[in-house]
Amino acid sequence: MTPDLALVFTVLMGLAILAYVVLDGYDLGVGMLMPAATEREQDSMVASIGPFWDANETWLALGVGLLLVGFPQAYGMILGALYLPVAVMLIGLMFRGAAYELRIKAEGWHRELWNWLFWFGSFLASLAQGLMLGRYITGFEPGFGYLLFAVLVAGGLCGGYVLLGATWLVMKTEGKLRRKAIGWARWGLLWVALGVALVSVATPAASETVRDKWFDFPRTLPLMLLPAASVMAGIGVWRASGRLKRGEHAPQWAPFAGAVAIYVLAFVGLAYSLFPYVVMDRLTIWEAAAHPSSLKAVLAVALVVLPFIVAYTAFSYRVFWGKVGSGTGE
Amino acid sequence: MDPLDAVALARIQFGLNIAFHILFPTITIALAWILVYFRVRYARTGDGGWLATYRLWTKVFALSFAMGVVSGIVMAFQFGANWPGYMNKVGNIAGPLLAYEILTAFFLEATFLGVMLYGMNRVPGWMHLGATVLVAIGTTISAFWILALNSWMQTPLGHVVADGQIVAGDWWQVIFNPSFPYRLVHMMLASGLTASFLVAGLSAWRLLQSAEDVAAEKTLRTGVGIAALLVPLQILIGDLHGLNTLEHQPAKIAAIEAIWKTEKAVPLVLLAIPNDEKRSNDFALEIPKGASLILKHDPDAELQGIDAFAPDTPPVAPVFFAFRVMVGTGLLMLLLSWTGVWTLRRGARPPRWLLWAFAGFTFSGWVATLAGWLVTEIGRQPWLVTGVLRTQDAAGATSEAALGASLTGYVITYGLMLGAYTVVLTHLAGQGSAPPEPNPAGAAAGAAAGAAV
Repeated sequence: MTPDLALVFTVLMGLAILAYVVLDGYDLGVGMLMPAATEREQDSMVASIGPFWDANETWLALGVGLLLVGFPQAYGMILGALYLPVAVMLIGLMFRGAAYELRIKAEGWHRELWNWLFWFGSFLASLAQGLMLGRYITGFEPGFGYLLFAVLVAGGLCGGYVLLGATWLVMKTEGKLRRKAIGWARWGLLWVALGVALVSVATPAASETVRDKWFDFPRTLPLMLLPAASVMAGIGVWRASGRLKRGEHAPQWAPFAGAVAIYVLAFVGLAYSLFPYVVMDRLTIWEAAAHPSSLKAVLAVALVVLPFIVAYTAFSYRVFWGKVGSGTGE
Repeated sequence: MDPLDAVALARIQFGLNIAFHILFPTITIALAWILVYFRVRYARTGDGGWLATYRLWTKVFALSFAMGVVSGIVMAFQFGANWPGYMNKVGNIAGPLLAYEILTAFFLEATFLGVMLYGMNRVPGWMHLGATVLVAIGTTISAFWILALNSWMQTPLGHVVADGQIVAGDWWQVIFNPSFPYRLVHMMLASGLTASFLVAGLSAWRLLQSAEDVAAEKTLRTGVGIAALLVPLQILIGDLHGLNTLEHQPAKIAAIEAIWKTEKAVPLVLLAIPNDEKRSNDFALEIPKGASLILKHDPDAELQGIDAFAPDTPPVAPVFFAFRVMVGTGLLMLLLSWTGVWTLRRGARPPRWLLWAFAGFTFSGWVATLAGWLVTEIGRQPWLVTGVLRTQDAAGATSEAALGASLTGYVITYGLMLGAYTVVLTHLAGQGSAPPEPNPAGAAAGAAAGAAV
């Protein structure tokens, strides 16, 4: 039996996108929290993501690269339909990347300006990503209702990034900033809970395909494990951050791990809703798959190289494990 | 062609993007290796001055790298958004090459850059040196893949048609296509020159403000030395690259030399204004039989003119002028770098006029690189992939309004970023490298690593 190349490729692409959302998610979240912190705290926040953000963003290039190689037709369709939000996201990411590097080297009002641009870029990119996701889920259907749905998803995603960013800071910082971050994490969690609940109700309402997939007894019963597990993870984040807030013993990484779990579960749910479509209701992964020769060419290299990437990424997180100082990130 | 139709807008937008992007890899590819040199010097000597130098130029590198990363991500999206026809037609070749770049280079560079920038006190010296080397290897691998793809678009080979699609028949031939070795070396040397003039220029700028800065004088010498070595090499490789182009893309050479008609004993046009309507040159300053002599090593040899390739001919004037800008900048770089080596011989202190000259040439590598890039990409027109796909057949159905709006956004963003980048760079250089920090542990680790190297 020949392996189903399109399916293998879909899994690979899905993992790259999930890695992007979680990894760049926390540093975008940190960026969005900038205005809530004092100048000194901002330095620590930025320092906490310093060694990682370049590599985090690379997962976006990989995700979109795999879409391009594996499903060229879908790539054209998706990026054509999302042309403007993609441009907004890219401009946001550029502002943010440049502001990150420039703020380190600036002083006085220059630094204020770059701080502001760092926040603005992070927010713009997150919002645009949410809009893209919202438009994507509904297969780019036109109409006000669908647009509203996309705005809803965008709000939810921003909340999710704030949650990731805040729990990251709980793990990486100390003192007053950490206490603040615990508060942000709890607000972020409520925001996410509300967002996920609304999106979970709205998605089946907006898409017949999704409705049929989720509310088809008895398949519904095992599927309900996903939302149940998400609620558990949410409660876990709430309780762990509560313990940390009261100064009781709890692992510093627990809230972040819980937030990641929520993301993974939401991602699995989303993947289940979409499968086997790569463009909702229009194009399945098998219809859109590129020529087997190019799929094989990429898979062969990816399967050799990815373990190394994972290994040295893990190495980098180990090197920078623990609390960040309050320096300027130099 | 209506200058503002969708194809033109898509080309302007993508051209602007790629031109903006290439500025930064052109610096980082070679600067990464210069950093390895600084780092090794520090490891060998344990001298805090080298460490401070390394730190300063690491900042320059990190800033340039970040600009390259974010503008590179834009390109990954625009390939499909602006040129869906490109991916539909040759996606089975271009896609894997781009994916290889991401997989084998991007992650390597980005991850170890983190260790390089922030990990000095967290990992042993040898590991930090290793991270610096890995970043340099990453930037070079990145150039390898992207130039393989670009060269394949110029001189495609190794592809076959299977199931109605263009796919790779032989990846080895696809990657090592006829123009690839020349283009790769040409680009690597261009990066070497851009980085060395940047190092020399910013060091000169620093010395103009503080003549006693020993570290800046060291880096000035490093930059001048590398430049003086690389310019003649680049002239040689450029010549070989030109002969290779004559063999595989004669239309581009006809445009470069502004040869309109196929004839024997063709003069070398030094300067002129190519006239597209009359299909001849105005105000031409020529050397009789020069082009035949240079290109065929025979003063009476026949050369193909633009007329031989009609209707698939590139626009002559932009290619002709861009080529002269590139060569002219290159010759000035030769003159300046050799003057520099001569003036600084036997440890002589740099005179102020030399410092001003190098400061003025800080970004000269950008000028030459962009001009060369215009030559090679416009010279390929009307083809996107020579003989396989025309540019106009690759454009998408994106509305002119969406293209126009996003183009405006990009122009503003790039303008701001480029302005901030150059200001910060000159500012950093003006401050110079900070005095060496009292860090005996790090220095000892470095010295120990040096012993192990």
